[in-house]
Amino acid sequence: MKPSVVIVDDHEIFRSGVRAELEGLVEVLGDAGSVEEAVRLISERRPDVVLLDVHMPGGGGVEVIRQVAETNPSQRFLALSVSDAAEDVIAVVRAGARGYVTKSIGGEELAGAVARVRQGDAVFSPRLAGFVLDAFAGQITEAEADPELDQLTMREREVLRLIARGYLYKEIALELGISAKTVEAHVSAVLRKLQLSNRHELSRWAVERRLVD
Amino acid sequence: MATAAARPRFERDTENAIVAGLLAGLARRLDVDPLLVRIVFGVLVLVTGGAALVVYVIAWPFVPGDEEAGRPATKTERWLRRASSPRRLRLAAGVGLLTLATLLVFRELGIWWSDAVIWPMVMAASGAALLWAQSRAMQPGLEVEPEAHAVATTAAEAPSAPGLPAPRRAGAADLYRGGFGVALVVGAGLLFLSANDALGGAREAVLVAVAAIAALALILAPFLWRLGRNLAAERAERIRSQERAELAAHLHDSVLQTLTLMQKRADNPREVATLARRQERELRSWLFDGRSRRTASLATAIEDAAAEVEDAHGVPIEVVVVGDLELDERAAALVAATREALTNAAKFAGDAGAVAVYAEMQNGAAQVFVRDRGAGFDPERIPDDRRGVRESIVGRMERHGGKATVRSTPGSGTEIELTLEAEER
Repeated sequence: MKPSVVIVDDHEIFRSGVRAELEGLVEVLGDAGSVEEAVRLISERRPDVVLLDVHMPGGGGVEVIRQVAETNPSQRFLALSVSDAAEDVIAVVRAGARGYVTKSIGGEELAGAVARVRQGDAVFSPRLAGFVLDAFAGQITEAEADPELDQLTMREREVLRLIARGYLYKEIALELGISAKTVEAHVSAVLRKLQLSNRHELSRWAVERRLVD
Repeated sequence: MATAAARPRFERDTENAIVAGLLAGLARRLDVDPLLVRIVFGVLVLVTGGAALVVYVIAWPFVPGDEEAGRPATKTERWLRRASSPRRLRLAAGVGLLTLATLLVFRELGIWWSDAVIWPMVMAASGAALLWAQSRAMQPGLEVEPEAHAVATTAAEAPSAPGLPAPRRAGAADLYRGGFGVALVVGAGLLFLSANDALGGAREAVLVAVAAIAALALILAPFLWRLGRNLAAERAERIRSQERAELAAHLHDSVLQTLTLMQKRADNPREVATLARRQERELRSWLFDGRSRRTASLATAIEDAAAEVEDAHGVPIEVVVVGDLELDERAAALVAATREALTNAAKFAGDAGAVAVYAEMQNGAAQVFVRDRGAGFDPERIPDDRRGVRESIVGRMERHGGKATVRSTPGSGTEIELTLEAEER
């Protein structure tokens, strides 16, 4: 069965563009142009995956995730944005999105990403991989740091580096001599750390977006 | 300063200053101990009955401080610079000196009544001149004098906030200056009265005047306060509309122009894509990068190189940069090699989709990967005439103590890896 999606973006042109690109690849249940509309539509239609814009009036994608999670915490989101600012992207991933792709992505690639998010895997674009490597760069000094969450393993770093270099998952598997499933597992582990870690850089980014009071 | 070694110029020595550094500067110029100059000056003040002090104050704005040489200005210095516009202060001092000269001429000629009027007259004249110059500058509709502009910008210690009208920022300095003028005039009046022993009788009148002023202030305070608030609101509104206008102007100059151009070129998809891509990059950097963009940064240089190649060949290039390094000679070689690798990728694999650049810079080392999805080639069999890869990439990196590796499998694209190890120190 084709995965079902709802498209959330405040730009009409962009919504119809994504709709056209995904034609025949996924089932589009509807689209929304504002936070309230999106929250209502998502709880009504229950799509497999929500394609979510980062920047929107009224709190942006972060607000949509927060409100939907109150009633349906298992709803899956994939951030889709032109935004280049690391703090915006990190904020929406920390709020619960299972990945981030840029709007320049092609239809088939996007459909593939939707399928992966539906399965519960993470989707990292080269840009997101770069942000994460940046955020986890350097040694942590805080005594209370949780090494389990605040540091990436060598393997995770390698995987992220290859993503940033433009490798596909199966090419990464080939390069590192591991299975594609293991690559997925590493990326999911990074996503978990990204969402749960208290690393200074991540908290700083969150504060800059005023997510933390 | 070239002359500093031979004989220092007469400048105020702001580092050893007690008030303005005039005496310390003089001591430096004469190559004697500042203490000696200070003692001489103290004696002079006593002997001349205070006239030397006046000379000191008048000389202050005329003698340049030495903070231009890189030393920070003293607190008094900065206050004075904020509080005074050299030209207006000079005007006031000049008027004061002229008055003094005229009075002395009258005195010499015998047309004279009392010595007690000299200093009050000089002070009153200077204060009036200052206020006069002030009120002229504050006249609405009158062009603000360029020097007031210059002072306002030098006074602001941080780079000025964009969009804020410059004359507004001079407001505080205007107030200081106006206050200085008023103080001079009032001081002159009091000095005159006290010199004529008239203050005793005037005391009650002064008390009445002070009470009246206080009452008036209480009455007018709410109105003044409201007026000030209205002015602030109006100013905020003006700044906002200025920002809006700037945004509109930018969108017009960039986005609208590009859209028009794209409509005209609609029959050439490749050109349209290039135009859209360039516009996207420009707008993106205008929106997001303004704060983080640095000169002499390797990250910025790589992004710029990618943008240039993208424009020249119409092939999308995705750049991901982690960390940053200073753009020294070796880094510049790395940028040049990256540019060459990108040009090759765009030329020979441009039809196969986007080219990916990943640059990682940490602890003084840098690594750049350029990956395309073209047909690929056998690196062992690069023809001798293909100098691009051998000379411009591999050769250049090796000359600068780096390394270049080409990995290409026919059918699945090419990746060029450029490495610069951390420099040994």
